[in-house]
Amino acid sequence: MSALSTKHLLGIKYINTEDIHLILQTAKEFKEVINRPIKKVPSLRDVTIANLFFENSTRTRISFELAQKRLSADTINFSASASSVKKGETLLDTVNNILAMKVDMIVMRHSSVGAPMFLADKIQANIINAGDGTHEHPTQALLDAYSIKEKMGELKGLNVAICGDIRHSRVALSNIFCLQKLGANVMLAGPPTLIPKHMESLGVKTTYNIREALQWCDVANVLRIQLERQDIKYFPTLREYSLYYGINRELLDSLKKEIVIMHPGPINRGVEINSDVADSKQSIILDQVENGVAVRMAIMFLLAGRTF
Amino acid sequence: MQSRVILDSKKLQLTIDRLCYQIVETHKDFKNACIIGVQPRGVLFADRLVKRLQHLFPNYTIPYGKLDITFYRDDFRRADKAFSPSVTDITFSLENKNVILVDDVLYTGRTIRSALDALMDFGRPNDVELVVLIDRRLQRHVPIQAKYVGKTIDSINSEKVKVYWQETHEEDKVELIAHTDKPL
Repeated sequence: MSALSTKHLLGIKYINTEDIHLILQTAKEFKEVINRPIKKVPSLRDVTIANLFFENSTRTRISFELAQKRLSADTINFSASASSVKKGETLLDTVNNILAMKVDMIVMRHSSVGAPMFLADKIQANIINAGDGTHEHPTQALLDAYSIKEKMGELKGLNVAICGDIRHSRVALSNIFCLQKLGANVMLAGPPTLIPKHMESLGVKTTYNIREALQWCDVANVLRIQLERQDIKYFPTLREYSLYYGINRELLDSLKKEIVIMHPGPINRGVEINSDVADSKQSIILDQVENGVAVRMAIMFLLAGRTF
Repeated sequence: MQSRVILDSKKLQLTIDRLCYQIVETHKDFKNACIIGVQPRGVLFADRLVKRLQHLFPNYTIPYGKLDITFYRDDFRRADKAFSPSVTDITFSLENKNVILVDDVLYTGRTIRSALDALMDFGRPNDVELVVLIDRRLQRHVPIQAKYVGKTIDSINSEKVKVYWQETHEEDKVELIAHTDKPL
């Protein structure tokens, strides 16, 4: 088993468990590469990759760019704020114009759910979904899985809690699919307004009590409160959210066991997570960032190598 | 399909011993030398070589690393199969070292060309020598020559050379395999 079953990475839902294992295994070898004195390999030197960010991003874009540079790929960057999208060009036209310049792979973030799936059967290039609306963010889920595996050894049978703003989070959905495919148990925790009602149909537990989730889990993935996506008020104040759903040292110390804390960033310090938790030795937040580059290198290497 | 044993376990052991003495003849006490096995199969041979060297010369410390060349291959996106990388494990700098590169079969030479690229990412070695168990001397695609050779054979492209190790198979042996009905 050394090839992916798909030519695109649209979402975790669309790949199988073997694909996930292959990506995580390959990422391990790339993690060794990025810790060498010369952190670069020539694998993708004949590959051109376009980073199309129709929605703002800092860390995901930097992580992808760095991964591409370490694979020796040629890259072009595109951000919607300074582009022809403003002039009314359609998504397909924009992408086709870029592909006409002989681009082999597209990394795309878009605010509309399903944008990369829409493109997938219309273009030749490989597509990597770097986040589509509130739907999926597969590379984040894969780097989270990699980080958990690195820390805990195995995901099978592990209890993972995803805490906070589930409703607006693409990280949550991709993580649920990914963790389940790897055999982990998932519990969602947050205020009733931020956990959609149908979530149980995915086979996950839900709770409105953060303490219950932390008591149950081995790993807690704490999500950011996405104020920019919230059209109405889902909770009275940030202070109240922090009081009932924020994770602080006192809460962690009152648990019977030591759990691992993750966060996909950017952190709202003092809201969903306190500094005395985020910066503690229980937190693997910065490992997640480092692993992100290795995992994205693995994904691009595997997709680019699939030319048959 | 026909196969012929070109090195049996006894001869293989003698060959390994000879290669060990040849290496030590050049590199004396391994003060500035190191052994790098090429993943995946060269490592099986290098493991054996290092083990034997350590047995014959227990006072020497032999720096030993494993190098994977997958990310340096020249046929990535050109081959009709996907490549999966193996572990690279080199915990020391190769800067100014005398590197002894180890692979089991030298055939087109492309693996070693990739390995030379990969090596340079760990520092600039003083020199690089190549040890191979089998040299299929007639099929080179690039100008690469081994300094220490276990056995040189003349073979054609359709034939295969397969090296078996006790660790992964039942016995140590090297076979020449051909898709023909005629005995080799």
